[in-house]
Amino acid sequence: MSDHEYTPSSKFGKWFNDRLPLLTLANHLTDYPTPKNLNYWWTFGGILTFCLITQIVTGLVLAMHYIAHADMAFSSVEHIMRDVNYGWLLRYVHANGASMFFLAVYIHIFRSLFYGSYKSPREIIWILGIIIYLLMMAAAFMGYVLPWGQMSFWGATVITNLFSAIPLVGESITTWLWGGYSVDNPTLTRFFTLHYLIPFLILGLVVLHIWALHVPGNNNPVGIDIKKPSKDTVPFHPYIVIKDAFALLMFCIVFALFVFYQPNILGHADNYIEADPLVTPAHIVPEWYLLPFYAILRSVPDKLMGVVAMLSAILILAALPWLDTSKVRSAVFRPLFRQFYWILVADVLILGYVGAMPAEGLYLLIARVATAYYFAHFLIILPVLGWKEKTTPLPLSITEPVLGGSPNLAAARSDEKIENIIK
Amino acid sequence: MRKLKNIFFVLIFSVILLNSSNSAEKSPPFLETKWTFKGLFGKFDRASLQRGYQVYTEVCASCHSMKYLTYRNLAEKGGPEFTEAEAKAIAASFEVTDGPDSTGEMFVRPAKLSDKFVMPYVNEQEAKAANGGAYPPDMSVLVKARKGGADYIYSLLLGYSEPPEGVELDDGVYYNKYMYGNKIKMPAPLSDDLIEYSDGTKATAEQMSKDVTNFLMWSAEPHLEQRHKTGFRVIAYLIILTVLVYFTMKKIWSRVESKV
Repeated sequence: MSDHEYTPSSKFGKWFNDRLPLLTLANHLTDYPTPKNLNYWWTFGGILTFCLITQIVTGLVLAMHYIAHADMAFSSVEHIMRDVNYGWLLRYVHANGASMFFLAVYIHIFRSLFYGSYKSPREIIWILGIIIYLLMMAAAFMGYVLPWGQMSFWGATVITNLFSAIPLVGESITTWLWGGYSVDNPTLTRFFTLHYLIPFLILGLVVLHIWALHVPGNNNPVGIDIKKPSKDTVPFHPYIVIKDAFALLMFCIVFALFVFYQPNILGHADNYIEADPLVTPAHIVPEWYLLPFYAILRSVPDKLMGVVAMLSAILILAALPWLDTSKVRSAVFRPLFRQFYWILVADVLILGYVGAMPAEGLYLLIARVATAYYFAHFLIILPVLGWKEKTTPLPLSITEPVLGGSPNLAAARSDEKIENIIK
Repeated sequence: MRKLKNIFFVLIFSVILLNSSNSAEKSPPFLETKWTFKGLFGKFDRASLQRGYQVYTEVCASCHSMKYLTYRNLAEKGGPEFTEAEAKAIAASFEVTDGPDSTGEMFVRPAKLSDKFVMPYVNEQEAKAANGGAYPPDMSVLVKARKGGADYIYSLLLGYSEPPEGVELDDGVYYNKYMYGNKIKMPAPLSDDLIEYSDGTKATAEQMSKDVTNFLMWSAEPHLEQRHKTGFRVIAYLIILTVLVYFTMKKIWSRVESKV
């Protein structure tokens, strides 16, 4: 990976590095050659790391004050909000942090979809990412249960009930998950334990995700392989570090606006009502970031098939590197794919919207069409596009897009387009 | 591509429009009033909070508990800011059961600053029995537990009227145009001059509704003022830092010909 063998300058450094090559690692991370044409959509990897650390740190302190007990959870959260020093800040950062985390991860995923970052040789990075995303959803769902409000309780009831759709063993699995015959104290305590565990699993997977990234190196907006290091790359430090820092600060401003001025806008009012097993809320809705999948779940009339559809909607992403048959990575050179990409974005947004609405009438119809289209995009459109689509000519390198290639009109025009899109 | 983007925005827009027209049928827009706690520097109106506490304790508290509030909160910064002596006097006017003492007996004593607000009923069952089967919700976080927040509570308090023709009401059920389903078991709690404000403000129903809603907003978000203050500083700091980092970035990237 590294271009030259690294030797620490000090004697102690050399002694230490021979036994544990931490300095070599630090050197690798500093010098890591990065394509210099990365745009701001590439800064979300760093932002996501920040989100994870923020969630772990705030969560750690919250866990010192939180009581995982059905009778006390709600009031312990109120205790945090009222009596713990800066408890309101910790909790609002943690709660809104989850939303910001998902906002960033969706941008990160859709960036990958646009620029074909999942394609060879980065399939493992992509699949690790999907596993991280699945774990994030599990962590977020269980975290939402902990305040033991009405949405916590009923959300947990709806989601855990999904397991009862599994033939034969479904009921037993649900009972096993609950630790009883309904969502109750045992459910809360195990969710708390798992909610504490999962972030560390994610942390481990993030290390693998970055490790796997550092083998082939970053993809880039042009999507072509580049030589490293070369004129096309810059060292990670200081170039990418400062750019990531700038983007992160912008992100933090948005984050702070939510935390300090609209801390509850992304939550549901019903979750400030303590859980009551005897009163079902009028509409049970998950947090916004799970809504597209909730819409897919409800669009299928059969419970089991609904669960299968919802899971497939996520797992199908893992097969994406093989479903997308096009050899060209970046959508910049794929005029048809680019259109279908935006339709997919719209489709997912529509799914999210109808997921928040009651599953009836027109909403249900829209949800069904959108669900069908979602699967069609991955199972039909992408494989066919790879064979049929006429891609525009690829440049030879980032710095010399036309040199060596045929400097014809089409290539020149596509350059113009790259410029526009990259900007 | 541009065409497709347009189609997509039109689609989303129409879905949103469809929905807003739908929900508009369900409940009328909330009554408008100016809240001092909104906005970048929003703060509570101290006098209004104190009056609001008076409304709560003289009217609401006969049915509604506020179990997460402590008497000391009344003297804390960012709240009604009664003096400590006043808060102590307020606490002392309530009785709490304490104990067991050294002989194993429970005893009754005046409340102290460290005590939670005394609840009107011993338990939920008693509360329901006394209110025709409806449980008067705890009001500590009520503002945050209702869609529409303070605007909703304020409108609800003033939203009572005779039922329109064709609406049948059972005994002990009242018509309120802001309530979900328009039927509410709480009779109109506030009417002009129901109480006499100790600061001489005229106790109109609007005034009392506004004051008590202010008080409930504070009880749901006791650190709102600190949050706004800290928020402004944090964001100002972040903006300055972002600008500095931006120019640093420009400088560093000027060494390579690529743009950032």
